[in-house]
Amino acid sequence: MPDTGLLLYGGAFGLILIGIAGIVLSAHLVRIIFAVALLEAGANLLLLLATWHQGAAAPIIVAGRVPDLMADPVPQALVLTAIVIGVGILALALSLALRVQRAYGTLDMHEVRRHMEQDIADEAGIDMPSSSHAPAAVQTARQESGA
Amino acid sequence: MQWLVLVLVVVMLTSAVAVLVLKDFLAALAALSVVSLGLSVLFVILRAPDVAMTEAAIGAGLSSLLFALALRRLGLWRNGGRP
Amino acid sequence: MQRLSSALFLLGLGLLIAAIFRGMEFGTVAPIVGQAINSAAAEQVGAANFVTAVVLGYRGFDTLLELTILFTAATAGGMVLGKRSPTAKRDPDAGFILQAGADLLFPLLVIVGLYIILHGHLTPGGGFQGGVILASAFFVPILARPGTRMSHTAVSTIEGLAGASFIFIGLLAMFGGEAFLTPLMGQGELGALLSAGSLPVLYLAVGLKVGSELAGLLAQLSESEAVD
Repeated sequence: MPDTGLLLYGGAFGLILIGIAGIVLSAHLVRIIFAVALLEAGANLLLLLATWHQGAAAPIIVAGRVPDLMADPVPQALVLTAIVIGVGILALALSLALRVQRAYGTLDMHEVRRHMEQDIADEAGIDMPSSSHAPAAVQTARQESGA
Repeated sequence: MQWLVLVLVVVMLTSAVAVLVLKDFLAALAALSVVSLGLSVLFVILRAPDVAMTEAAIGAGLSSLLFALALRRLGLWRNGGRP
Repeated sequence: MQRLSSALFLLGLGLLIAAIFRGMEFGTVAPIVGQAINSAAAEQVGAANFVTAVVLGYRGFDTLLELTILFTAATAGGMVLGKRSPTAKRDPDAGFILQAGADLLFPLLVIVGLYIILHGHLTPGGGFQGGVILASAFFVPILARPGTRMSHTAVSTIEGLAGASFIFIGLLAMFGGEAFLTPLMGQGELGALLSAGSLPVLYLAVGLKVGSELAGLLAQLSESEAVD
């Protein structure tokens, strides 16, 4: 049976790692926003754990009784504001995803990237970036999606 | 207390994986709010009732609503958006 | 190929974070600043909830900047979503049970939200939590009747007034020769509803600002057209 602190740190570590894995490995924009939310949850837990003490009381005085050891209120205040900012950022990300879908009709990262490169090339009046320097995998992906 | 933390952490990590693996976006959203709910119980155990309230109201409540609205607008409400 | 390199990156990152975690001491770090605040806050600020004392007293300026970030994100979201086209079709109204439930929930949610905001200096809760509950209170009727519109003028007026009053209370302290956002009006009796000086007023401003911002954002998102 592992120690409680180790378990909690493991949870925070796992959430952060799963969040980063989601950002790196998923191809769908909404899935990436989900992963950002997971990463944020893990970061908040880690921040709160930074000054965690086993056996401390909540930093609130109830009926005039002052506990001997109280939890640190500073990271709690930080996490409180971080959660509220987080929901604002998520809302912004979701509205951007909505805009991307209206503009390109897809939410797949590779498709969106291809459309954006095409748009930039069209706007600048040049051909698509020269594919002779691109890695072989990118070239075949481009041919497949272009066909 | 230790067992409660163990169960919560295991549930949270499992649903975090489910968020990324599930094909249906609405199911992934449900898994995401399970993570938030577990996190808010953990915050209570860490003696941070203010943060727990915020996480329950915002993480499990409002942001799920936000995601659900956005999924509806994005047309991913049913069958994961893949016809 | 890309998947493989991503997996390798993840493995390396995991090892790196694990190495950092191994060097940490679990649950034994002494919170020096926290202990100082815990022993001084009851006399200096007069709030029974020390988190509130930190959020509005010791770190009040940070809270102001945090509200600015939220405002920027909400404004940018509104800008990105843009205006709804007049030809877009609306969702149909909900059934009788949902409509009656929404009418029943609305006053309860408003009272709970205001209670949580006004008791933020005594019990867990405060402007952020209560503001979110207020936002959902004003959004529930829209869910039941998608045809109704939330008045964006009223929302932005409340939001602007709340933000301005937060800064005004902060400036009042400066006129008295104190630092920006120093709590005013004495500490009062610890644990009483009318205590902790200007903190409840500040938290009311925070609650109204957060609530109106999030309600406006939700309304804007629900007004944008659905695909299916």
